[in-house]
Amino acid sequence: MTVAVKTFGRIGEAAAALSAERGARFFGGGTILMRMVNEADPDVATIVRSTDPALARLAVSSGRIELGAGATMAAILAERDLAFLHPVARTIGGPAIREAATIGGNLFAHSPYGDFATALLALDAIVAIAGGFGQREQPIEEFLAGRDRGGRQLVTGVSFRRPAADSFRFVKVARIRPKGVAVLSIAAQLPLASGRISGARIAYGAMDRAPVRAKAAERALEGRTLDAAGVAPAVAVAAEGAAPVDDAIASAWWRREILPVHLRRLLLGAGA
Amino acid sequence: MRTPVQFSLNGEEVAAFVEGGANLLDALRETVGDLTVKGGCWQGTCGTCTVLIDGAPRLACITLAETCAGRSIETVAGLRRGPDLHPLQTAFIEHFAAQCGYCTPGMLMAAKALLDRKPSPTREEVVEAIGGNICRCTGYEPIIEAILAASRAGDRRSA
Repeated sequence: MTVAVKTFGRIGEAAAALSAERGARFFGGGTILMRMVNEADPDVATIVRSTDPALARLAVSSGRIELGAGATMAAILAERDLAFLHPVARTIGGPAIREAATIGGNLFAHSPYGDFATALLALDAIVAIAGGFGQREQPIEEFLAGRDRGGRQLVTGVSFRRPAADSFRFVKVARIRPKGVAVLSIAAQLPLASGRISGARIAYGAMDRAPVRAKAAERALEGRTLDAAGVAPAVAVAAEGAAPVDDAIASAWWRREILPVHLRRLLLGAGA
Repeated sequence: MRTPVQFSLNGEEVAAFVEGGANLLDALRETVGDLTVKGGCWQGTCGTCTVLIDGAPRLACITLAETCAGRSIETVAGLRRGPDLHPLQTAFIEHFAAQCGYCTPGMLMAAKALLDRKPSPTREEVVEAIGGNICRCTGYEPIIEAILAASRAGDRRSA
C-alpha cells in the first residue's frame, strides 16, 4: 500500500498537517508506525514527519531535564548526565531498535511495551504537545489516561525535575534479558527526608493498557523507611489499581502474582 | 507517488525512486537490487534485515526509505573486497556460525557495527550487540565465538 509522506522543517508545520487529516500519523523512529505501514493498516494514509532539530534536543541540567520527543534511546544512553535513565533505555529492544526508538514514540507504545513511558510517569514528567490549538503542556498521567481517546496531537518533548541522587529505581521483568518484552516493569522515585520516604512515585508498565501509577503503594510508603518492615504495607497493596491483561507474554493472573515480589525487591534495592 | 532518494550504498552513490511509505528493506531489495539484505518479520523483531546507516545498526524493514536521503548505508554486499572475505565472514565459516543462514546477514552487520566501534569487545558486549538478532537454529554460541575470533584476528577493515 502506498501512503503519502509529508516532511516539514518545523514542528509547528508538522503539527498543523497532523491535525488537518484524519489518516495522518506522525513518524517518530518508525518502530511502531512502520509496522502499521508494512501491514497496510488502513488507519495510516499519510506519514507526517519533521526534520526540526528541536525534536532531538537533550537539555540536561542539575535541576530540570528536557528531552525532545525525537531523542532516541541510543541518544539517552550516550548522555552521561542521564545515567539514571540508562537502565531503562538499555532494556528497550536491541541496539538497532534503540537507534530508532524515540521518547515520543514510547509514550504511544501499547502494553506490554512502553517501559520508558513508565519511567517518565514515575518521574512526574510534563508532556509538551503541539496541535491545531497551538502549544500546551499536560501532566504525563493525564496524557497517558487520554492517549487512546483520539486527537492527532504532536508530542514535542517531555520535561521533569532531576530526581535526587539514587532515588530513582527501575526494573523490567522479561523472559529474555535485558531486552525482551515486559512481563511487567516498575519505576519508582523514592525521595527520602530524614531517612523516611516523602512523596514516592511508583509506576507500573504492562499492568494496564498504559503505564499506571501505584497510588495505594505510594500512600502506604509515605513516612516509612526502606527496610523489610517499612515496605511491607506498600507490598501488601501492590496490585491495587492495576488491571493487567492476558497476552502472549504472560497472563494477567501471573502478572498480579509476581508484582508484589518484584516491587518488594525494588524497594529494598535487592534487584530483580 | 514515487519519490527520488539518493544515498551511498557500500560506498557507491545510488539514486532510486521509492513508493510512498516504502521501507528501506524493500527499497534495497526490489528497487536497488541488493539481495544480501534479508527480510524476516517486517516488524522490527527478528533483526535479519540489519544494515548500518552512518555506521549505526538499523532495521531496514522499519526504516522509512525516504529518511535515508544523503545517508551512508552498508550491507553485507559491501563487506567483501574482491576475492577476500571480511574477517567476520571468514570467522563465521570457520566457527560454523551459519546453520540455515537466514539470520547471518543481520548477525554480520550487527557484529560489524560493534567491531567498528569497539575492536576488542568482551563476550558480554558481543551478546549485547546481537541482542536484537534472532537465530531460530539457536546457534548463538558459534556466532558469539565467531565474532570474538574476528575481533582477535585484528585485521578487520572498516568499509
